[in-house]
Amino acid sequence: MPSSLLWAVDVYGRVYSLSTAGQQWEQCRHAHLEFKRVSAVQQCCWGIACDHHIYLNVHASDVPIRYQEETYENQRWNPVDGFSDRLLPSDRWQWSDVTGLQHQPLDSFQLPSETWEWEADWYVDENFGGEPTEKGGWTYAIDFPATYTKDKKWNSCVRRRRWIRYRRYKSQDTWAKIPSEQTGSLPDPFNDISCGGWEITEEPRGRLSLWAVSLQGRVWFRDGIHYVNPEGSVWEEVSTPGEVVQISCGPADLVWAVLWEGQLQVREGISRDCPKGSSWVVVESPSPEVGAIHVAVGVNVVWAVTKDHKVWFRRGVNSHNPCGSGWIAMVGEMVMINVGLNDQVWGISCEERAVYFRQGVTVSELSGKAWKAVSVPRDNERSHSSASASSLQSAGCFFGGEVRLQSQASVMSDVDSETEKAAEGAPSILEPEDAPKPRIPKVTSDSFISELVSDREGQIGRREGPPAIAEPPIPEEDGAEGETEGKTAPALVLSPSQSGGLDPQWSNVDLEEAQTHLTVGAVAESAETCSLSSVATFNLGMEEQYGPDERPLWAWVSGGGCAIDSHSQLNWFNSTTGLNTSMQAMSLSITPSQTAAWRKQIFEQLSERSKREMENFRHYEQAIEQSVWVKKGTMQWWRDWKPHKWVDVQFALEQFSGAEGNKDGILFIYYTFNEEKKYLHAFINEVTILVPVLNESKHTFAIYTAERTKQRWPIRLAAATELEMFDWLALLSVSCCDSRGIHGPPSKQAIWSVTCKGDIFVSEPTPNLEASPYPTPCDQMFWRQVGGHLRVVECNSLGVVWGIGYDHTAWVHSGGYGGGFFQGLASSTDHIYTQTDVKSVYIYENQRWNPVTGYTNRGLPTDRYMWSDASGLKECTKANTKPPSPHWTWVSDWAVDYSVSGGTDREGWQYAADFPASYHGHKTLKDFVRRRRWARKCKLTTTGPWQEVPPIPLSDVTILPCGPKSTVEQVPLWGISNKGDVLCRLGVTSLTPAGTSWLHIGTDQPFKSISIGGACQVWAIARDGSAFYRGSVSSQNLAGDCWYHIPSPNRQKLKQVSVGRTSVYTVDENGNLWYRQGLTPSYPQGSSWEHISNNVRKVSVGPLDQVWIIADKVQGSHSLSCGTVCHRLGVQPMEPKGQSWDYGIGGGWDHITVRGNAMEAPRIRMPSLTDNGNNATGPRSPLLSRGTSELNGNAGQRIQAVYSEQVDRYA
Amino acid sequence: MADDKDVLRDVWFGRIPTCFTLYPDEVTEREAEPFYLLLPRVSYLTLVTDKVKKHFLKVVKTEDVGEMWFEYEGTPLKWHYPIGVLFDLHASNTALPWSVTVHFKAFPERDILHCSSSSVIEAHFMSSIKEADALKHKGQVINDMQKKDHKQLWMGLQNADKFDQFWAMNRKLMEYPTEEGGFRYIPFRIYQTMSDRPFIQKLFRPVSPEGHVLTLGDLLKEMFPAAICQDDEPKKYQVVIHGIEPLFETPIQWLSEHLSHPDNFLHICIIPSPSD
Repeated sequence: MPSSLLWAVDVYGRVYSLSTAGQQWEQCRHAHLEFKRVSAVQQCCWGIACDHHIYLNVHASDVPIRYQEETYENQRWNPVDGFSDRLLPSDRWQWSDVTGLQHQPLDSFQLPSETWEWEADWYVDENFGGEPTEKGGWTYAIDFPATYTKDKKWNSCVRRRRWIRYRRYKSQDTWAKIPSEQTGSLPDPFNDISCGGWEITEEPRGRLSLWAVSLQGRVWFRDGIHYVNPEGSVWEEVSTPGEVVQISCGPADLVWAVLWEGQLQVREGISRDCPKGSSWVVVESPSPEVGAIHVAVGVNVVWAVTKDHKVWFRRGVNSHNPCGSGWIAMVGEMVMINVGLNDQVWGISCEERAVYFRQGVTVSELSGKAWKAVSVPRDNERSHSSASASSLQSAGCFFGGEVRLQSQASVMSDVDSETEKAAEGAPSILEPEDAPKPRIPKVTSDSFISELVSDREGQIGRREGPPAIAEPPIPEEDGAEGETEGKTAPALVLSPSQSGGLDPQWSNVDLEEAQTHLTVGAVAESAETCSLSSVATFNLGMEEQYGPDERPLWAWVSGGGCAIDSHSQLNWFNSTTGLNTSMQAMSLSITPSQTAAWRKQIFEQLSERSKREMENFRHYEQAIEQSVWVKKGTMQWWRDWKPHKWVDVQFALEQFSGAEGNKDGILFIYYTFNEEKKYLHAFINEVTILVPVLNESKHTFAIYTAERTKQRWPIRLAAATELEMFDWLALLSVSCCDSRGIHGPPSKQAIWSVTCKGDIFVSEPTPNLEASPYPTPCDQMFWRQVGGHLRVVECNSLGVVWGIGYDHTAWVHSGGYGGGFFQGLASSTDHIYTQTDVKSVYIYENQRWNPVTGYTNRGLPTDRYMWSDASGLKECTKANTKPPSPHWTWVSDWAVDYSVSGGTDREGWQYAADFPASYHGHKTLKDFVRRRRWARKCKLTTTGPWQEVPPIPLSDVTILPCGPKSTVEQVPLWGISNKGDVLCRLGVTSLTPAGTSWLHIGTDQPFKSISIGGACQVWAIARDGSAFYRGSVSSQNLAGDCWYHIPSPNRQKLKQVSVGRTSVYTVDENGNLWYRQGLTPSYPQGSSWEHISNNVRKVSVGPLDQVWIIADKVQGSHSLSCGTVCHRLGVQPMEPKGQSWDYGIGGGWDHITVRGNAMEAPRIRMPSLTDNGNNATGPRSPLLSRGTSELNGNAGQRIQAVYSEQVDRYA
Repeated sequence: MADDKDVLRDVWFGRIPTCFTLYPDEVTEREAEPFYLLLPRVSYLTLVTDKVKKHFLKVVKTEDVGEMWFEYEGTPLKWHYPIGVLFDLHASNTALPWSVTVHFKAFPERDILHCSSSSVIEAHFMSSIKEADALKHKGQVINDMQKKDHKQLWMGLQNADKFDQFWAMNRKLMEYPTEEGGFRYIPFRIYQTMSDRPFIQKLFRPVSPEGHVLTLGDLLKEMFPAAICQDDEPKKYQVVIHGIEPLFETPIQWLSEHLSHPDNFLHICIIPSPSD
């Protein structure tokens, strides 16, 4: 999980953020603005500053926010001038929008605000629906408005072209003032602000709801906020039944507000079409005597604070019942509460004004378990205090003398009296500013006081003494109380008047010194007067106990951008848990020294030692006899013959040491057929892959051998429990790896593949894999699983491996292995991280029209289910549809999915003449059926050797394939964000595979696939299906200079591209595989597309120009399989297209990458070179194996005997 | 990117090619062929030499057979030291295979403990583990284990291929509270050929009172300063663990976790540098 930020404002108006990965509050420094409140979401933070203006802080991203402005230039042909801008009076404007109705000349485009800048000048778009146009970009038609073509015909009377220009949002990581509107409807300043609503709809992208409350208690809604308009466009007033003091907007459709009188208002009718909602419903204050003063909402929770600071949790709140069902009193006294992502809760305590985090909030226990104080220091105060040092006057010294206890007391007591007033007095007579949060506004809204105090705070913040920590609220008499407290007492004897008499020479500079050094020496030096020395003593005592700790007073906290869930590891709290597991402990002890010389030395020497002491003596007998080891269990087996069914079987794995010293084994499946006991067996060293096939009803896995891969018919087994299944899988997997001598992390040459379930497999290529004419058949490849869940993996031969999850999160391979269900020794101890993924499950609601009732859910008997899967053949209701496997949990409710290809109407329906047919998004007279798609998100949490690369979600990634021995300083890596931006990763090396930052490459339209090949040739596919070639990319010019549009083959829409050493292959949306002809160094764009194959889902071209695909419809002995790994045979330098396909593992495969395998096949004439060390079980020289029997008799034969005895026993 | 687990594996699977020859004075019926064997570095001589015994008993007169013992270049080999330690201590820098002489007579009572059966080895091994855990965790971890867990450790050692079985249990002995940065004390033994002392064993913490991580160099400075030579001096001693010479800056805690023998002790051999 990437780090995200918790935002908070202290009582002096300073804004701080705390990273989930961090351990200190970082001050957000900007122009000496003080803030009253902030409301954060993941991409930005809104705030109300003390000047009562609203500010927006958009977090910087490697991908800029750009907006494409477009306008059309229209021309008509006349016999005199040819095409000219002289149009007919009935025609459109010479410059217009796409419809022709709006007059928009180029100079009519203005930047919307100061925070935008133009990226470049206007230019003509020469891409027309995926096809390049003639120079000039004109498209022709008979008349306006009509169908345009890119070719000029005899009857083309009009033409038009599109001009585009980009503007870019430039205000990032800084507070941008939202211009206040000069309309009469916005008279009074804002007092509260709350941002949320991003889960209401994904269209437009990045849409947010921003609610604000003015000092007079009116509510405003900011309209038009979305990704390319982060500031929104206009404030709209929302009428309220009373004067509102505070409002809270959750991530989804919950909005609650608090009235002056203490009741709560719940907004109803919030939906995709109406984010503002339609009406208010009242909910009474939790406590009949004491009104509510603060409310905070999440997705399924509402928390409230009453005027007596009591905390309340609202039961039964969800999207369908936004009002909930009842209040539950919670422990703790808070001045405010905030609900962040995943319904996590923060509060600011009433007593010591500390930020508290609610621990143990989970989906099943939304109210959490306990409050825990966030106790991390703030970032270095020194720079702040030196910045304001000049403004420090005697007042600072005055209060500084007695170590802030008194100063704090004076501020707090002032506020305290306000509180009492607020609690006792009638609300109507209160100052509007103070009433909603009586303790805070006094200090936060009064900039004079806060400035004064903030200076003081800056200087002496560190001197907070133990009494203050132990006894947080400091009423006036606290000074006296402090005297009784141990060694700190002497320092506290000072009364305000005494400290007022302090020598003014004790300037802020001295303070600074004492503060930074805090050594005994400094104490001695400054110990001139008794008061000073006592202060120093105080500091010293405190230093011993608490280090540079200090305790800020917080006013406001916002966790709307802070992604924490029950798996998060936070370092925000002091106490650490006891004995950690060795995994953590060991990794902790080594992590910082991963690359230390001593470690490297040990690795090198150990391998030298092994070589020295063992290499020449492998023929010696082992001192200890190896033993046979059996594990048995019961399982169910999917019978090989018809009728296929699950039958109970006994399952046994026998392991023994093979002749080479490797472990080997045999699998037995004992079953009864016609009351006769029979068995089936498989040699562990022949198993090519173990595939977990989890579904809701059975815990099954499949075992393939080369033979069964050919048949497309694995041994399918089901264990009684999931645990048992994973136990067996882990054991079998270790056993298979042992038998093949495969240990440790995948090699740099490894071939990676991903199944449609997101399981990741890796195979170590042999040198013969790409041999010609006799390559290793790819059904013999051995695949082992690696933990984690991904949709795409890409790699290169330098060991840089990236993955992309279903939720588009980018991951980089950490160099480890195992994770997931691999425990203990089958998994590396370090390099294993938590990985989460989110995907949507879809079901369809189907309806048929009848003349009486219109569309109903009563279909015809022949029809499909009213609720079905995409095919309509399987019934899938909202209630009975379960997450894909027990590992997935629902994280959202069912919602209509509007992002269906073909479009939908406002309610999400798609229409068609009949099932099953092609659907469109609007109803016509010929349509008699309709359907709509419902989506529900589910989440998986697992572990694997993957580290997240935040923050930009990706849809594709590609890494430069390198030759076997090439050294590249910086590895070119390109990606496409899930929004279609093309990105180039900087700082990627084999030691830092994650790189450092993204460089954004401008495009005129969103892209979907990208590939970089030999000599930095970059090819990409745009969302409209056209291909592009990036010019001038080299190791010196990583980003290249411009895009060349390559026409698609036969007007097919391309969807994926892969570029090898020289070959370029693409796959189109109809499953055709295309090869690019005529590529030469001088003309790298090539000349034409040549059709290679159909039924292709994906292609991966490697650094040897080897071609691998995922193919559909591969015939096996039992069935046709979809998603099969295939290898192109006969690919040679002079014949890059190859000849035929060799079929490997499948079906159910979704992705493969061979771009790490730069291992040249051995020359056939020199077989002695075949053993190049990549093959872990290198062939022994014949001489040595003869030696075995000569020396001590026949160990190998003995094992053989044990082995055949075993077999006999069961025969 | 190599993994620390590979170190454990390398340590466990370390083998010393050994050539056993019968002491010429032993009375034989016919000439005794030498016997070649790969000995696990982490095991004990008497635990892995059943085959040797069987081989030579074929030729030795039964009436002359006493307890079998081993000797290398005149030095009787103590079976209760791990094989790797015996080799590093006495035979580093010599040509392989290691040539060990087998005796069946004249048991050197002063030098070697008797080893009547493997239960003696088991007792010795388990007491070492307990001693080590007493140093590391005040014995809490080993005492919390059940009898069958102890057996699993011992069975793991007995069968050279049971790395997984052994480490599944042994990793518990390698745990420590994160905030303490290491074990209470490091169980180590320093062996030297130059002195009559059996070995050096003292209390040594992995982290200094100031919180610094202590290294192999720090340990030697305290226990055997002569092993640390000044920059300008020629190297007098080699500090060998499992046949390798780790750098002095290697954290002692890491060494204890990764280069300890199965008995949980870090066995360090200090031998004179080869003169050539």
